[in-house]
Amino acid sequence: MTTEAVEVVGQDATTALDAEESPRNVAQRVLDNLRSGNLGILPIVIGQIFIVVFFSFKATNFFTANNFVNIIIQMAGTTMLAYGVVFVLLLGEIDLSISYVSGIGALIAAEFVLPGSGHVIPGGGLVAMAAAIAICAAIGLAQGSIVAFIGVPSFVVTLAGFLIWQGVILYPLEQPGAINIQDRWINYTGSYYFSPLAGWVIAAVVTGGYALVTLGGLAGKRRAGVSISDTSVVGLKVLGIALASFGTIAICNHAQVIGRTQGLPLPGVIVVLFLVALTFLAKRTTFGRHVYAVGGNAEAARRAGINVARIRVLVFVLAGAMAAVGGIILAANVQSVSADAGGGTLLLDAIAAAVIGGTSLFGGRGEVRNALIGALVIATVANGLNTANYKPGTIYVVTGVILLLAVTLDTIARRLQVRAGR
Amino acid sequence: MTDTPLLELRNISKSFGSVQALTDVDFEVRRGEVMALVGDNGAGKSTLIKCVAGTHTADSGEIFFEGEEVHIHGPKDAARLGIEVVYQDLALCDNLDVVQNMYLGREEHDWLQRLKEGPMETKTHATLKSLAVTTIRSIRQPVATLSGGQRQSVAVARAVMWNSKLVILDEPTAALGVAQTEQVLALVRRLAEQGLAVVIISHNLHDIFETATRITVLRLGKNVGVYERDKTTQQEVVHAITAGVPTKVSGIPQTVEAAS
Repeated sequence: MTTEAVEVVGQDATTALDAEESPRNVAQRVLDNLRSGNLGILPIVIGQIFIVVFFSFKATNFFTANNFVNIIIQMAGTTMLAYGVVFVLLLGEIDLSISYVSGIGALIAAEFVLPGSGHVIPGGGLVAMAAAIAICAAIGLAQGSIVAFIGVPSFVVTLAGFLIWQGVILYPLEQPGAINIQDRWINYTGSYYFSPLAGWVIAAVVTGGYALVTLGGLAGKRRAGVSISDTSVVGLKVLGIALASFGTIAICNHAQVIGRTQGLPLPGVIVVLFLVALTFLAKRTTFGRHVYAVGGNAEAARRAGINVARIRVLVFVLAGAMAAVGGIILAANVQSVSADAGGGTLLLDAIAAAVIGGTSLFGGRGEVRNALIGALVIATVANGLNTANYKPGTIYVVTGVILLLAVTLDTIARRLQVRAGR
Repeated sequence: MTDTPLLELRNISKSFGSVQALTDVDFEVRRGEVMALVGDNGAGKSTLIKCVAGTHTADSGEIFFEGEEVHIHGPKDAARLGIEVVYQDLALCDNLDVVQNMYLGREEHDWLQRLKEGPMETKTHATLKSLAVTTIRSIRQPVATLSGGQRQSVAVARAVMWNSKLVILDEPTAALGVAQTEQVLALVRRLAEQGLAVVIISHNLHDIFETATRITVLRLGKNVGVYERDKTTQQEVVHAITAGVPTKVSGIPQTVEAAS
């Protein structure tokens, strides 16, 4: 693209800098992007549609409202972990400990509300969850400090964490095998359903809020006399959000278990809340900007006066806290914490979700929403293969193939970009 | 030429272990002039600059800024005085756009740490325009998509934006093509025209004779001479770089002064 912009000193400034984006420019830019290999989330969306259509034909009870609700609940915990992974990957680091840290989080929350355990926390489930999140954040603080201040590679530090926290979980859980959770607040995070009316209100709030923020931002930019993206594009985005949120509610309200209407599950709302909050953190705050800067060029960030070590530590704290949130939701799904909490494919699912969604493993490139998209794909595949009665091994193989395909496609796209002179 | 220099270094010495990198070096730069700093590899150019930028601290010697003695102990001290350095390897984040790079580490934000994109974009636009950096299509495109010359322009513009008084450029044209080099050199001249003091480090004498008003030659950690561009030749400067000053009475007063 830059080859056309001939380097002539004193070229008319207005043509280069003041050009606002007209609809034609937007279309041209999208086309340019596609041609030069900047595919964005397009392939993964097409892939997701293909997966849904495939399983709809393959399994009779896949394309149902009930199963839609199931997928939301099943993906919620993993998505929380994946949100944290996105930030860690943005730095170009890795956190392998999050799966068992999530188990620790669930264990702490469960222990604090376990009747007769002798350490029931005053204040009940909400306080117990807050304590669990705080302790997991502290675990992130410890691991992040070793990475940032001593310089041990994050792979090694968090691999050690992976083993350590797996062991720590076993101490209290090896004998009973599992602890049941009877606290309703904790269990709500996995299985509370909003009434149909509440669902519609939530959809309206989400749509209205999104419209307000985007249009407000647009007005602000116009006031500042800054180049803005086209209004019709913004309108389309608002329409898309409206369709997605109201559509979700319509399907959820349609789901029925033993004659009772289910409605929107709370885990789905938690996923969206964290999506909004973390996207704000990544894109609109100095902290988020510095995360991208450190991931893009740590030396440049350091010279620019950014406290690189502080950013690294904070990101590991965030990853730990998000792991706790995810662990609590996963435990609430089954209303218990078992000795293998945080085991299985949780870690790889969380990392794969972020990567499938388009987050680079090398830092500086990725967005919070990547985690949601990736987790949705992984949850849909697992759910579909289960409903269609495939063998468990098939789930691993297919998820692996999708991960490989997604990253290969992204790599090829990137090479095309380089060839296109980017 | 009678006003006090913006930056004046006196008898700066610096050693790394047993290696004497700088020995009693004098150096000065005035407002509105482009001072070139030349010398062979290992002559001490980078070390001298790093003493000014705060990356290193000189072992001995004095630094005067705007006529007053200052002590620079870190990059932040230098920035507070209005000294900005544009490094050879640019120090831009490829994944961030032009505005984000211009404000890297000094983002405008409110009490909630929310970024103020509007004002940042407006000021970036204004700064680039004032420097006639006009080939950049959109200041919202990632720096990775820019050409070498455009990237260098962004790096220079970033240094200028912070009310800086002295801009130091380390090999600004090292990796650029002919047209891009011309673009950057024109930008350097404009900085001086706007009243800034500019120090340019370069190996390329052609570039230096095109932009600099004066030339300081370092050799083996010593200042061997200060030449006025209009009163010297490339041959003379090359000779000073490679062999030092042949005689101290060559008729050029600066030579006598500096070499004594």
